[in-house]
Amino acid sequence: MNTPIEALTIAGTSLSSRLLIGTAGYPSQRIMVDAIEASGSDLVTLSVRRISLQGHGSDTLRLLAGRRFLPNTAGCETARDAILTAELAREALGTNWIKLEVIGDRETLYPDVGELLEATRQLVDKGFVVLPYCNDDPVICARLADLGAAAVMPMGSLIGSGMGVANPANLELICARSPVPVIVDAGIGTASDAVIAMECGASGVLLNTAVAKADDPVRMALAMRHAVEAGWNARLAGRIPRRGRAQPSSPQLGLVGS
Amino acid sequence: MRGPPHTTLRRSGDDPGPVACEVPSSTDIAIIGGGLIGLSIGWRLARRGFDVTVFERGTIGQGASLAATGMLAAAAELEPGGEDHLPLALESQRLWPVFARELEADGGLGIDYRRDGVLLVALGREEVERLRFRHDLQRRAEVEAAWLSGAQCREREPGLRPSVVAGILCPADHQVDPPRVMAALRRACLAAGAHLVEACEAEPELAGGRVLGVSTPRGLCKAPVVIAAAGAWTRFQGLDIPVRPLKGQSLALRSTPGTGTLARVVWTEQVHLAPKSDGTLLVGATMEERGFDDSVTAGGVYALLDGARRALPSIEEMPVEAIWSGFRPTSIDDAPILGETGISGLLVATGHHRNGYLLAPVTAAAIEQLLVEDRITGPAASFGQARFTPTLEAIS
Repeated sequence: MNTPIEALTIAGTSLSSRLLIGTAGYPSQRIMVDAIEASGSDLVTLSVRRISLQGHGSDTLRLLAGRRFLPNTAGCETARDAILTAELAREALGTNWIKLEVIGDRETLYPDVGELLEATRQLVDKGFVVLPYCNDDPVICARLADLGAAAVMPMGSLIGSGMGVANPANLELICARSPVPVIVDAGIGTASDAVIAMECGASGVLLNTAVAKADDPVRMALAMRHAVEAGWNARLAGRIPRRGRAQPSSPQLGLVGS
Repeated sequence: MRGPPHTTLRRSGDDPGPVACEVPSSTDIAIIGGGLIGLSIGWRLARRGFDVTVFERGTIGQGASLAATGMLAAAAELEPGGEDHLPLALESQRLWPVFARELEADGGLGIDYRRDGVLLVALGREEVERLRFRHDLQRRAEVEAAWLSGAQCREREPGLRPSVVAGILCPADHQVDPPRVMAALRRACLAAGAHLVEACEAEPELAGGRVLGVSTPRGLCKAPVVIAAAGAWTRFQGLDIPVRPLKGQSLALRSTPGTGTLARVVWTEQVHLAPKSDGTLLVGATMEERGFDDSVTAGGVYALLDGARRALPSIEEMPVEAIWSGFRPTSIDDAPILGETGISGLLVATGHHRNGYLLAPVTAAAIEQLLVEDRITGPAASFGQARFTPTLEAIS
């Protein structure tokens, strides 16, 4: 069976891939472009504060022209900063989508929840499609959805840590209750982490470092593409119940000679 | 490439006196860009008897060439995906001792060529695994790189913080001092008979698919061969060279008898520290996608000082001598763009990214070979602009 998986719809826009991929930290621009191609991703994140918007010969914006961008507010520590950055991104990139990141602590890059809620409220009012990066906390995720977030993006684990989904039970709870798509953002280290996130019920996965810093980013991007599809399909297919004893897969009755 | 930003203190090179500022009506070879790459090519070609004229927009050697740290670090700079560029880097490393000797002789100035090696260190347990990852890559690529314990690192560099838990010594990675190299190159060019034209914008003059020379506000200079070597500014009408400016901020500290200094270049995950024989200690460098925004920022300086202090506590007592920013010319694959452009007579040499000093000799040799033998052989052969054609066609 080689049919494509069901599309992911965010704010009425249909995306063919459930993998969202970042553009930072690749060994070179060529490897970045090739990895993004291999990932099959339909939506690429970029940090408007950390890329040049001037469009020179090998600039990210020029090389990725024509793709659907999800600008982010990486590096912002207050709601005010994040809103200004979102407005800059809207003007520069011509998209009202924003991955909202408001960091409360440089060491852990944990979100500042108070500022995040405030920024979400204001950006939704200003007509943005807001995808906030948040704690893996069911209450915060529900609040963000209440405020009009188009999707919620709880962390798997700390940004860049590669520690996978640290709390699968929380993630399942968030996914089961969320009225908007849940995109697991941050912490994915390798393909199995992405599978687990999807099996927990996530609608999609956003990652960057796991691909950009892999030994072979292009191959890891391909692995992530398959992992996200595998996890999605496994979730829909439904896993068998776990049991403590063996159960032969072939019938035991009617054996020849019995 | 450009005058020093007025807000910034720069290290300055030795000034050997004024250079010819008249635009000649013709020349054999016109080079656009009087930085490290332009002057290296100009010197080698003039030395060979060509009539060479170098056009520089600002002052010779004041752009990225002066902003660099001067590392010749093929092994320490090796990153995943960089294996393809390694033969070029190793070839240039092999050429450096002779290049240095001849440059010092022709230019009559020392360039502080130091063979002490580069030491990469892990500060704290957290960083050891990533250093090990780098060492595995170096071993697979078969470059010289020796794993050291924390104690062995501190034996070699007693000033390092005790949190150094491991290191890699790359003995074949050497260094030079950029202002000295630029001063020597300028003198060597003049001694070999090259003309240097400063404060003069220049563009290739094209007609009918070939180059006629360079046009300047001070008139046309006819030339059968034009070499575009303007670093991150290598952007001319009718020519799509995929380089962008990759900003770096750096600073220079002055070591004192009280502070001591390092014996060799030390790299951490955050910064590299390069001791020069005149007692300065260079701390570099940020990597920022900021276009041509040349401001020196609090965040940049903070990151450099914080990174330096984590490795070498004695920097707290060192006077700050200079702070600056510069623009690396970086291509799509981080490797240089060397050779023909598809326009007859117009050659290019740019895109040297973080490795301008390392790659200057192999670049000059490749362009020299192209002009003399009409071909490039060896590792430099695969770095033509044509490799980007599929990518550029896909996005146009």
